[in-house]
Amino acid sequence: MISQEKIQKTDFLTPTLATDTLGFLMPTFNPLFTALIIGGVVAVVLGTVAYLILAERKVAAWVQDRLGPNRVGPWGLLQPIVDGGKMFLKEDVIPAHVDKVFFLLAPMVAFGTAMLAIAVVPVGGTVPAPPPTLTAKVEGSTPLAQYEAAQQAYSEQFSFAIAPGLDIGILYTFAVGSLAVYGVILAGWSANNKYALLGSLRSSAQIISYEIPLGMSILGVVLLAGSLNPETIINQQINGTWNVFLMPLAFLLFLVSVFAECNRLPFDLPESEQELVGGYHTEYSSLKLGMLLLAEYAHMITTSFLMSCLFFGGWHLPGVTSAADTSIVGVVLKLVVLAAKMFAFIGLFLLVRWTIPRFRFDQLMSLAWKVMIPLALLNLVGALLILQFALPLWSMTVANVGLFVGAGFWGVVTGGNVTAPKRKVTKLPPGLPAGVV
Amino acid sequence: MPIAEKDVVWLQEPKLGLLGQLYLPAIADGLRTTVGHMFKPTLTEQYPEQEPKLPGNYRGVHRLNRDHEGRTKCVACYMCATACPAHCIDIVAAPAPATWKDREKYPETFVIDELRCIYCGMCEEACPVDAIELTTLYDLTGLSREQMIFDKEKLLSVFDVTTKAGTDPVRTRAGALGPASEPPPGA
Repeated sequence: MISQEKIQKTDFLTPTLATDTLGFLMPTFNPLFTALIIGGVVAVVLGTVAYLILAERKVAAWVQDRLGPNRVGPWGLLQPIVDGGKMFLKEDVIPAHVDKVFFLLAPMVAFGTAMLAIAVVPVGGTVPAPPPTLTAKVEGSTPLAQYEAAQQAYSEQFSFAIAPGLDIGILYTFAVGSLAVYGVILAGWSANNKYALLGSLRSSAQIISYEIPLGMSILGVVLLAGSLNPETIINQQINGTWNVFLMPLAFLLFLVSVFAECNRLPFDLPESEQELVGGYHTEYSSLKLGMLLLAEYAHMITTSFLMSCLFFGGWHLPGVTSAADTSIVGVVLKLVVLAAKMFAFIGLFLLVRWTIPRFRFDQLMSLAWKVMIPLALLNLVGALLILQFALPLWSMTVANVGLFVGAGFWGVVTGGNVTAPKRKVTKLPPGLPAGVV
Repeated sequence: MPIAEKDVVWLQEPKLGLLGQLYLPAIADGLRTTVGHMFKPTLTEQYPEQEPKLPGNYRGVHRLNRDHEGRTKCVACYMCATACPAHCIDIVAAPAPATWKDREKYPETFVIDELRCIYCGMCEEACPVDAIELTTLYDLTGLSREQMIFDKEKLLSVFDVTTKAGTDPVRTRAGALGPASEPPPGA
C-alpha cells in the first residue's frame, strides 16, 4: 500500500487519483497468489477444453443412440490426451498460397484473446470490491485512513479471479472477447481460400450484429448493480435475487447472443462444414488448428462463467454457500457451485447443437436486427424507467415477460416471418415466382 | 398446353400462432426429444468383442461338404461352375477311385477364387448333391490375392471348422449323397 506521507488530501468523500501511483485506486495483491491462480485457471480451462471435446463427442453419440469414443482408457476418458498428442504430432502444413504473417498470427490472436477474456471472470468465491467513494463518515478516523482500511481489508481477502476488483470487468471481457473475431477474420483472409474467406466474412457480420444485443442485454444488470465489476454484480444478486428472475428476457437475449458469439449451432455459419468445408480454419492443420478450436471452446467456458455470474448469482446458492463462510469447505463449495452452473450452460450448448438446425444467413440477420436489438433496447428502457422511478423490482420481471409475449403477439398480428411472407401472395401468371410483381 | 387457371391451387404455409412466434415452446420440445434420445439404449455393436448375430441364410465363405465317410460329397458335375455368374469356380474332374462305388467322378481339384466371387449363392442352388454351401463366415481376410484362392482342402477345412463350431449345421441330408448320386428310378 501507499505510504501516508505522499498524499495530502483535504477532500472528504472522494479520494482522487494520487499523482505518483495507481496503487491508490487499485488494491495490491500478493503476486504469488496471482501467479498461482493464473496457473490454476489456465490449467483448468485447458483441461476442461480437452474434456469438452470428449464431452461434445459423447453427447453427440448419445443423442444419436451411439456409444461415442470408448477405446482409449475407461469410457474413453483418455481420449483428450490422445487427441492432443495427435494435434502435436501431425504435420504442420503452411500452404504456399497463404499470407504467412497473418496466417501465423491468426491462431495466436484467437487463442490469446480467448485466454485474456477470462482474466476478470470470477471462477469461485469472491468478495465485492469496496466502493470507490466513502459512503459514511466514521468518527475518530480520517477518510483516507478509512479508505485505506477498506482497501487493505479487500486485498487481504482471497478472490477467485485473476484480476479481482477491476471496475471495468465486464467491459473488459466484452472488449477482449470481441477481439476474437480478428482471429477468425485474419485466418479467413490470410488463407487465400474462397471457403475460408466466406466463413470469415459471415463470422464478422454475425459477431458485429450479435455484439449489440449481447452488450445491451446486460446493461439492465449493470444498472441494477451500479457497477461493471462482476464481483459487485454477484454481491448485488446475493443481497437481492438472481438477475434471471428479475430480467428473464435479458437473460434470453444474452444466451442467444452468446450462442452466436461462440459460433455454436444454430449460429455456426462461419464454419458450416456442409457449405464451407471447414470455414475459416479450412487451411489450418496440426497445432494451429488445435489452437483455433481451443479458442472456441475457451470462449464457451468464459461465456458460461459470465452467464452464471451475471444472471445466476455466481457462486451463490441459497442454503449451500454464504458470503460469511470462509472455511475451506465453504470455499470449495463456492467453487463447486459456480462450476456446476458453468457446466450446466456447457451442457445446454452441447444439447442445443443437436436440437436446432442452422439458420440461413438472412434469418440470422433478421433475428439480430429485427428482433433482438429492438427487444434489448426496449428492455433497457424499461429497466431505466423502473430504476429511475424506484418502482418495485418485481415490475422488472413483469416488464420483461410482457415485452417477450408482446413481441410474440406482434409477430402473430403482422404475420411475417421469412417462410410465410407478410405480403399477401397474389395470383400471378404461371411461371413467375411469388414476390416478383 | 398451359395449366388452366382453375387447376392452379395456391398453397401457403399456415401462419405461426402465439406459441409458435415465441419459439421457446418449440425449442423446449426439441430439447426434450434430444434429451430423450440420450437415455435410449444404444444401437452400437462393438464389433471385435461383440460378434454380430447373422441369420442362417447369410451368404459368406463357401465350404465343400463331406459325406458320412469324410469324403467330399462333390461328384464333379460342373453344375456350380456353369451356374456361377462370376466364373470363380474351377474344377478338374477325375474318375472316382474304384472303392467309391456310389459315383463315377470326383473333383481332383476344386478351386474357388473368393475375390472374384460375388456371394450370390447360385452354386449352392445349382448343386444336385448339396456338396457346396455358403456359410455365415463373414470376416474373410488374407494377406495376398493368392491366399484368397481357396482349394479343395481349404474348402473342406471350412466345413470342418463351421460344423465343429456349430455355426453352420449341415442343412441337407447328412451322410447320404443327394439324389443325383442315386441310380435312376427303374434302373
